[in-house]
Amino acid sequence: MNQDMLRQVMSEHREDCLDNREFGFWLYLMTDAIIFALLFATYVSMFRNTANGPEPIHLFDLKHVFFETACLLISSVTFGFAWLAAMNKKRPSVILWLIITIVFGVAFVFLEVVEFLEMIQEGAGPQASGYLSSFFTLVATHGIHVSIGMIGILTMTLQVFMKGLTPQVCSRLFRLGLFWHFLDIVWIGIFSVVYLPVFI
Amino acid sequence: MLGRLTIDALPLYSWIAVGGALVTVMAVLLTALIVTWAGKWRYLWEEWLTSVDHKRIGIMYILLSLVMLVRGVIEAIMMRTQQAIALNNEGYLPPEHFEQIFTTHGTIMIFFMAMPFLTGLINVVVPQQLGARDVAFPFMNSVSLWLTAAGAGLVGISLVLGKFSTAGWTGYPPYSGIGFSPGVGVDYWIWALLVSGVGSTMTGINFITTILKCRAPGMELMQMPLFVWTAFCTSILMAFAFPALTVVAALLGLDRTLGMHFFTNELGGNMMNFANLIWIWGHPEVYILILPAFGVYSEVTAVFSKKRLFGYRSLVYATMAIGLLSFTVWLHHFFTMGSSPNVNAIFGIATMIIAVPTGVKIFDWLFTMVRGRIVFHPAMLFTIGFIITFVIGGITGVLLAIPPVDYLMHNSTFLVAHFHNMLIPGALFGYFAGTQFWFPKAFGFKLNEFWGKVVFYCWFIGFYLAFMPLYALGLLGMPRRLEQYTHPDWQPFLLVAFTGACFVLLGLFSVFMQFYVSIRDRNENRDLTGDPWDGRTLEWATSSPAAPYNFAVIPDVSNVDAFWEMKNKGEAYHFPDQYKPIIMPANTGAGVLIGLFGFLVGFAFVWYIWWLAILAMIGVIATLIVRSCNDYGEEIITSEAIMAIESQRKAQLMSQGKL
Amino acid sequence: MKSCRNVLLSEWLAILLALLVLSGCSMQSSPILYPKGPVSETERDLLLLATAIMLFTLLPVYLITFWSCWRYRAKGKGAYQPDWHKSIFVEVFIWAGPLVIVVAISILVVIYTYRLDPYKPLVTGEKAFRVQAIAQNWKWLFIYPDQQVAVVNELAFPSERPLNIEITSDTVMTSFIIPALGGQIYAMAGMTTYLNLRAYEPGRFSGRNTQFSGRGFPHMVFEVQSLSEGDFSQWLDKVKKANKRLDSISYQKLLKPERKHPVEYYSWVEPELFRQIIAKYTGASGALPLQKPRSLE
Repeated sequence: MNQDMLRQVMSEHREDCLDNREFGFWLYLMTDAIIFALLFATYVSMFRNTANGPEPIHLFDLKHVFFETACLLISSVTFGFAWLAAMNKKRPSVILWLIITIVFGVAFVFLEVVEFLEMIQEGAGPQASGYLSSFFTLVATHGIHVSIGMIGILTMTLQVFMKGLTPQVCSRLFRLGLFWHFLDIVWIGIFSVVYLPVFI
Repeated sequence: MLGRLTIDALPLYSWIAVGGALVTVMAVLLTALIVTWAGKWRYLWEEWLTSVDHKRIGIMYILLSLVMLVRGVIEAIMMRTQQAIALNNEGYLPPEHFEQIFTTHGTIMIFFMAMPFLTGLINVVVPQQLGARDVAFPFMNSVSLWLTAAGAGLVGISLVLGKFSTAGWTGYPPYSGIGFSPGVGVDYWIWALLVSGVGSTMTGINFITTILKCRAPGMELMQMPLFVWTAFCTSILMAFAFPALTVVAALLGLDRTLGMHFFTNELGGNMMNFANLIWIWGHPEVYILILPAFGVYSEVTAVFSKKRLFGYRSLVYATMAIGLLSFTVWLHHFFTMGSSPNVNAIFGIATMIIAVPTGVKIFDWLFTMVRGRIVFHPAMLFTIGFIITFVIGGITGVLLAIPPVDYLMHNSTFLVAHFHNMLIPGALFGYFAGTQFWFPKAFGFKLNEFWGKVVFYCWFIGFYLAFMPLYALGLLGMPRRLEQYTHPDWQPFLLVAFTGACFVLLGLFSVFMQFYVSIRDRNENRDLTGDPWDGRTLEWATSSPAAPYNFAVIPDVSNVDAFWEMKNKGEAYHFPDQYKPIIMPANTGAGVLIGLFGFLVGFAFVWYIWWLAILAMIGVIATLIVRSCNDYGEEIITSEAIMAIESQRKAQLMSQGKL
Repeated sequence: MKSCRNVLLSEWLAILLALLVLSGCSMQSSPILYPKGPVSETERDLLLLATAIMLFTLLPVYLITFWSCWRYRAKGKGAYQPDWHKSIFVEVFIWAGPLVIVVAISILVVIYTYRLDPYKPLVTGEKAFRVQAIAQNWKWLFIYPDQQVAVVNELAFPSERPLNIEITSDTVMTSFIIPALGGQIYAMAGMTTYLNLRAYEPGRFSGRNTQFSGRGFPHMVFEVQSLSEGDFSQWLDKVKKANKRLDSISYQKLLKPERKHPVEYYSWVEPELFRQIIAKYTGASGALPLQKPRSLE
């Protein structure tokens, strides 16, 4: 009798906890969105502050940006597959899809780092002008988010492997997914605000 | 190895600075010694530092803020003394020291006195007012506390190692850039803000979730106590304004550490963007500080007028209107930057519109007193003192919101007087009133009322003497942050202001005297019922101090003033025959650890100790990963244990004739 | 011992009282309450008018506070009605009252923000007298482009003519004000801001930077002289006799941070100097060389 009551209280408590965490995570994403919004605003307001230095038109390579975008969007899709597999309680395929997601995430970060290094070598580093400071800060903030997201995916892969798809693990996976897709949306913003206007 | 940290970092530039460093070191050592002598390290660690109980976290927040209040007031006295004597002479403070003091005074009072104080009050009270057992994210609450403490620690250690910023609490570039301020001071300021700012953002998220998701069954939004409403509004502002602070501090840090050009004079920097970004945070911040105090006043007025709050709906709408409008007025902090009259006029009007809901609130409190039976408890004195003083601040605020008037008064002591006139009565008096009001709830005995009145009168008189002269000085053309001056006709006013600061110091002394006397006489002032003031809201339904789980049985709510309703129906105290077990979060040291690593990250970046910065960041991430793998951070309180606590409570209530 | 302390206390109180009385008198030296030009006078009048309007909120608040504290105290005569918590009449009054006052002041804001726009040239019969002000550490350099002279820490102009000041900074952000005539506006590197002021009659006023800018901030003040036509030409002769030239080389020397810089006259100034100083930060052509910022801490 007592044990049953305890079990019931416990499961109610945990359900509430996970419910709160998902709600709280949405709030966190909103705060993060404000950070990006202000970085975007700063970028736009500094667009002309190139201080006789490199102009955006000469800096970006459309092909490069296309591959970056592709990697990130594909990683978002593969994360979606991981989540579908989790819904169907298929543990091995969750792990597989998460690893594929990490691969594409690493590819994205690698491409971004290469882009940065090339720019710095051409003398278009973040110290060159206010414009470039805002470019590097905006894009790198997104890149750091992606890197942290990958640490999260790695952690969750291990958790799925070791703990299985318990409600807690699934809830964390769900929140991580929100984060990952959020970064996708931010990237689309970066693509449209930073890169696209230069090529049009 | 140690970056730019060398023996030169010791504050040997002035004897007063050496004294400050020694006092800091001695205070830390003495505290450690006392704890060791009392053999309380284990108790401290297990019951307090690692605690995730919202009541204990709240108390620790308020302790932190009182320590910081002491430092802030001492700095205020030092500045007032300097200005009282520095007519045509250097005064007693070297300029570099005076400049640090006006920066730390502002930084500490805003970030490490007011923020922890209000967060502490919200922590202690809101879950109990909601009929909840804890906040939504108890562990995150602990992390917030320790990040705030880490930020305070960074400001504290700047007394001993290196100098603090001299750029004022808003740190306007390009002065705060690496070229004009090459020292570590501005970096201390940046990292203290970044580390504690993350904590505040998380507090915001935590309490929005708590208030929206953890209310007692039946409690609709429009039945929440006013303090919960203001806490809710403050939390929203915290969550949505603090990211702006994070951004602006980080960008300035990038300028300084990596040589970028966000706010520099040259190479395309734009210092005006800094002013915009910091005030997009800064103006909501003012309401973050003031709204919880408004909540306290609402509760205090109703309870000590023994009457239902007048115009509950008006108060709620006014609160939310203030919250919304606070995001639309930031430009009034720099009308003098050369914006077009269109822009200035729009922001001027937007600013003044805030005066409408604020005025409504004042009248609602006054009409709560009308037809009541007013008890002049210290908390009520603070409320009345607030009302008559705040109105003056409101008037000068509207004056400053008129752009052409601001052209004359901007950067003057008139402005200094204005915002102290808002924040001392508007925020600090409220926090004091809250302390007088909820102290028994947190500790189980009442505060001494005589000393409470002394605290009030000292601060009240001190405020008028210290700041009314500053209004006059502003009209005489005295700018703020002046280390010395040549106008003999300013000195009389500055002497009066100095006297006011002495009264404030006396008030601060009385605060601690009140604690001392109350603790000494605690057995005579025990609150055995949990309801010492004949309260109206749910926090008075718990015992004083509340059990770890607050409510053994979560109450059902059907009205504003839920507890008052229950008392009227005779259902206030209800003891069932059997209790369900309760799940509570277990204590964890991870919060302390993250705070410690946060402190180290800040310290390492300030002094360019890169290996330490990397290690500390890895430490934060590792702690979070380990913590995220922990599914069962929870503790079961069994039915028997609850029964034991509750039957004691029942006996206590019976002895007081409440059952 | 006790009486001694009482005497001390009462003496101190007496001194305080005397100080307060004295300070009341010394308000006459307030440049803001006793303005010396049309701009500052309008600003002062606006300040007083708005204050007067807002006394309409102060009075009811004080009246209700003291009245209710008296009437509804524990032994007060007022009727106790613990459930009285709404009244449409009162609610309308407390929302409408502040609203009416805010609308009234908003109208003032709109009218006067446009009227007192610091960028708007003052309309008088006379042509505006042009001055360029440059903030340095910790002094103000004034260039008189039409007279081709420059002066450190002294701003003189003919009292009949309105004053048109172009302002920039060759250091951190500062703020330019002449309280007796009006003001203030920020001075920022690479940017120009403007003030249009006027003095009613000849006189001497003081101006300063109000935005903290480092060690020498307290001394970043300058004297303003509004001079009659004859006095002004005398003053100009004095400057012309100084026999010092302000070109790009001597300008670099002047940039050295210095507290309490004395008034200094330059009889000739490079014609485009103001533009060249701004160009240092905007990257426009013809800029003066940009030197590394110096520590102002």
